[in-house]
Amino acid sequence: MTATVLRREPPETPADSGSTKLTERVFRIRESGIIVVLALFVAVTAGIQHRFVSVSNIQFVLVNTAIFALLALGETLVVVSRNVDLSVGSVLGISAYLSASLFGGHHGFPVPVVFGAGLGIGLGWGIVNGLLVAAGRVPSLVVTLATLYIIRGIDILIVGGSMVTANSLPTGFLGIPKETVLGVPDIALAVAVVVAAGAYYLRSFRSGRELYAIGSNPEAARLAGIPIGKRVLFAFAVSGAIAGVAGVLWAAQYGTVDSTAGSGYELTVVTAVVVGGVAIFGGSGSAVGAALGALLLATINSALYVLGISDFWDQAIAGFLLILAITMDRVISVKLTAALRLRSTRRAA
Amino acid sequence: MRELGRRMEEASSGVSGHQDNQNVSTTAGDTDPGTPADPGVPGTPADPGVPGTPADPGVPGAPAEPGVPGTPADPGVPGTPGISGGNPGPILVLRHAAKAFGAVQALLDGSIELYPGEAHALVGENGAGKSTLVKILAGVYQPDAGTLLVDGKEVALRGPAMAQAAGIAVIYQEPTLFPDLTVAENIFIGRQPLRSGRRIDSRAMRAEAAAIFARLGVPLDPARIARGLSIADQQLVEIGKALSLEARIIVMDEPTAALSAAEVDRLFDVVRALRSAGAAVLFITHRLEEVFAICQRATVMRDGAHVFTRPLADLTADDLVRAMVGRELAAWQGQAHSAPGEPVLRLEHLTREGVFVDISLTVRAGEIVALAGLVGSGRSEVARAVFGIDRYDAGTVTVLGRPLRRASPTAAMAAGVGFVPEDRRQQGLVMDMSVQQNVALASIHRLRRAGLIRAAAEHRLAADWAVRLKIKYGRLTDPVAMLSGGNQQKVVLAKWLARQPTLLIVDEPTRGIDVGTKGEVHQLLSQLAGDGVAILMISSELPEVLRISDRILVMREGRLAAQYCRAEASEEEIMAAATGQRQAQAL
Repeated sequence: MTATVLRREPPETPADSGSTKLTERVFRIRESGIIVVLALFVAVTAGIQHRFVSVSNIQFVLVNTAIFALLALGETLVVVSRNVDLSVGSVLGISAYLSASLFGGHHGFPVPVVFGAGLGIGLGWGIVNGLLVAAGRVPSLVVTLATLYIIRGIDILIVGGSMVTANSLPTGFLGIPKETVLGVPDIALAVAVVVAAGAYYLRSFRSGRELYAIGSNPEAARLAGIPIGKRVLFAFAVSGAIAGVAGVLWAAQYGTVDSTAGSGYELTVVTAVVVGGVAIFGGSGSAVGAALGALLLATINSALYVLGISDFWDQAIAGFLLILAITMDRVISVKLTAALRLRSTRRAA
Repeated sequence: MRELGRRMEEASSGVSGHQDNQNVSTTAGDTDPGTPADPGVPGTPADPGVPGTPADPGVPGAPAEPGVPGTPADPGVPGTPGISGGNPGPILVLRHAAKAFGAVQALLDGSIELYPGEAHALVGENGAGKSTLVKILAGVYQPDAGTLLVDGKEVALRGPAMAQAAGIAVIYQEPTLFPDLTVAENIFIGRQPLRSGRRIDSRAMRAEAAAIFARLGVPLDPARIARGLSIADQQLVEIGKALSLEARIIVMDEPTAALSAAEVDRLFDVVRALRSAGAAVLFITHRLEEVFAICQRATVMRDGAHVFTRPLADLTADDLVRAMVGRELAAWQGQAHSAPGEPVLRLEHLTREGVFVDISLTVRAGEIVALAGLVGSGRSEVARAVFGIDRYDAGTVTVLGRPLRRASPTAAMAAGVGFVPEDRRQQGLVMDMSVQQNVALASIHRLRRAGLIRAAAEHRLAADWAVRLKIKYGRLTDPVAMLSGGNQQKVVLAKWLARQPTLLIVDEPTRGIDVGTKGEVHQLLSQLAGDGVAILMISSELPEVLRISDRILVMREGRLAAQYCRAEASEEEIMAAATGQRQAQAL
C-alpha cells in the first residue's frame, strides 16, 4: 500500500517528546525509589553499627541476595505474563537435597554435573507447572499452590528425618559462595550477569516482549496471534530451572539440607518482585527492578540482624514495603493515566 | 407499570405482518456503470424462489465486471478509486459459511464478497450473525461449513495469525491493545523489526510507526504507552497495525459506536485513504447514515443468513431497515408527553473540579430530558455524580424536594433513582450471573425471606419483566452474557424498572443495539415518561435525542452550553452548540 493521502500536519514533535519523557521519567523514578530506600537503610544502619558496612558483611548480604535475585528473575518472567509461581521454594528444597546427595559422601563427584542435575530437576517441575497452566488452563495460583505442597510432600517422603550435612559435601562445593573477585563474591557476579541477560531478553527479544503483551492483555495477545501457551510454558520452565539451580547454590551456601530447605521462599520472592516494581497483574516491570527488590529485602534482613532487632520486624518491614510498593504503583499508575489522557485530549482539541 | 408491557405488545403486534424478502437481490448494476453488478450474490436460502438471482456463485473469480466499484455515495475521495487493472475480481469471497455453538446456530449462511478499493457495509440486527462472520474472517472462529477464498484461492484460517498472514486485519469496536506497551510495540508486537542477533530494533520500530501515523495523518506518539488513549486513538493504533501488516482487507466492527462526531470524521478520512490505496474495507455499523456516507455496497444479514448484497446507490435507509428486520418498522415518531408534573430531579450549580462546572437543571415527572454533547463533555460524569458513584465538589442534588446524600448509590436508590450505565457489560450487568439474577439484582431486598433470597420469587420477577420487555432468552437461568446486546440492555432496564423508579437515568441506552430493539427501547422510555417517571437520558445519537426527548440540554467541555425544547431543536443546532460553534445561550 503506497502513501496516497496526507491530509494533516505531521505529528507534533513537542507533544511527542513530552510524553516520552513523562513515561521514561516515571519508570526511572520507580527503580530509583528502591535505590533511595536502600541507601537510607544502609546509611542509618551503618551510622548505628559500623560493622554493617564491613567487607565481610557486605559480602554476606550479596551472597544472600544472589539466591533471591536469581529466583526473582524467574518469578519476574512468570509474573509479567500475569501468572505466579508459588512452587519455587519447594523446587529449591527438593533440588537442594537431591543434588547435594549426589555427592553421596565421597567428594569426587563433578560439581558441574550437580548443577546440571539441579537445573534438570527444576526444569522438570517448571514444565509440569507450565503445562498445567498453559494446556490445562488452570489458574497458575492454584496450580503452583498445589505443586508447592506436592513437591514439598515428595521432598519430605524422600528426606524423611535425615539430612545432608556439610561433612558429606566436598570443600570445593562448599567454597563456591566464598570465592570472590576483587572482593565481590563470584556468585553475586554470576547472578548479576544472569539477571542482566534476563533483563535484556525481556526488553529486546520478541518472545520477551510477548510475555509483557500476554500479561498486559491476554485477550489482545490471543487476537494478535501470540503463542500464549508456548510463552507461558517457557516462563514457568525458566522459573523452575532457575529454582533448581538456586537449590544447588543454597546447598553450597548452607551445607546442611533437610526437608524444610526453602520453605516460605516463594512469598519472599514474590515480595521482592513486587517491591521491585513488577506489576502483580502482569504487563510491566523489569528484571533489574526485581533484583533490586531482592537486594533491598536481603539488606533489611541483615540490617536488623546487625542491629540485634527481632526477626519479627524483618517480616513486618517486608510487609510494609509491599504495601508501600503497591500503593506507589497505584498512585503512579493513576497519575500517569490521568496525565496521558490529558495529553491526548489537549492534542485532540 | 403493568400497563406498560401490554401496551408495548400491542404496539408491535399492530405492525403489519411479515414482509420478508421484499428486497430480493435483483442484479442492480444497470443504473450505475461504475458499480460491479453483484457478480456473486449467493442464492441465499433466505430468499428462495427469486427469479433472476444469479445462480452461480460457485465459480471463483466469477466473470465479474471489471473494475472497482465506483464511488457514487462518496464523490469527495481524492486520488483514483482503487488500484487499476490487473485484479478486477473480488479480493475476498466467503460463501455459505455456517457456525454453531452448541445448540445455537450463530451463523447459517454467511456470504460476503469484498473488492479492492471498496468500502462494503455489513448491516443487520444484533444476533444476525455479523460478529460471528467477522470472527471467522479474523481466524478466531473456524466455520463448520462454507468456503473462504482470498485472491481466488481457498484458504482455511486456523487462527488469528493465519488471518493476519492472509492480509486480513480486524478492528474491533473495543480495540484490544496492550495498555502497558508502547504504541509502536502495539503495532509491531510479534513482528518487531530486528537487528543483529534477532534483537528488536526499537528505533526502527518507532520510526516505522511514526511513518505510518504520518501516512494516516494522525498525530500519535509511537513511544507513549497505550494506556490512557481514547477509543478513537486506540482504533487508529489498530488501523496503523493493519497498515503495517499491509493488510488488504480491513474489517471494522462497529468502529464508530464510541466515537464523537469529530472522531468519526477523522476515521472516515482514514477509511477513504485506505480505500483509495486499494484496500477492501468491510464496515459494520448500526448507524445507517454512516453506511451511506462511506460505503459503496451493502450486505444485509438477518437471522444468521445473507439477505442481499446491493450497491447503496440503489438503496434507501428504509430498504436496509426493512431487510434487516424483515418487516416494516412502525413509523413510530415519539409522541409529545403529557404536561410534565412536579420537578423530580433538581441540580443546582453542581461542580466537580476539572470535570463539570455549574450544572443546574431540572427534570420533571413525565418528562424526558436529554443531555447531548460530545463524548468527553462531562455528561456521563454528571450522571455518575447524581447517582452517587462519583463525588462532586459543590452544588446540590435534590430528588422530590429532598437533598440527596452525595456519593451514595444506596441513598440514590432509596430515593427512587435508577441508573442504566453507558457500559452495560462492565457496569450494567454481572455477566456471569443468570438473566434472572441480573433482573432481580436491584430488588433483592423485596425477594428476601429471613435473609435468604427466594429463587422462585426471583424467577417470577424475571419472567414477568422478560415478558413485558420482550426479552429474548433461552432460559432465565442462562448467564446473561449469552444474550444479544439489545436483550442485555433490556435486562438492565428491567432491573431498574422492577424497582419502579421515580427517576431513571439512562446513559447511551441504545448504544450498539439493533434497530428493532432500539425502537422498542425508545417506546419503552416514552411510555415510562407517560406513566410519570422522570427520565434523564444521555445520548450521542442525535436522531434518538430528537425523537424521544422533551427537552434537550447540550453540554460542552463540562458546562451546559445550550437548551432547547424539542420543537426548536435540530441536529445542526445541537452539533453547533456541542462543538462550540455557537455561543452559549442564556439558560
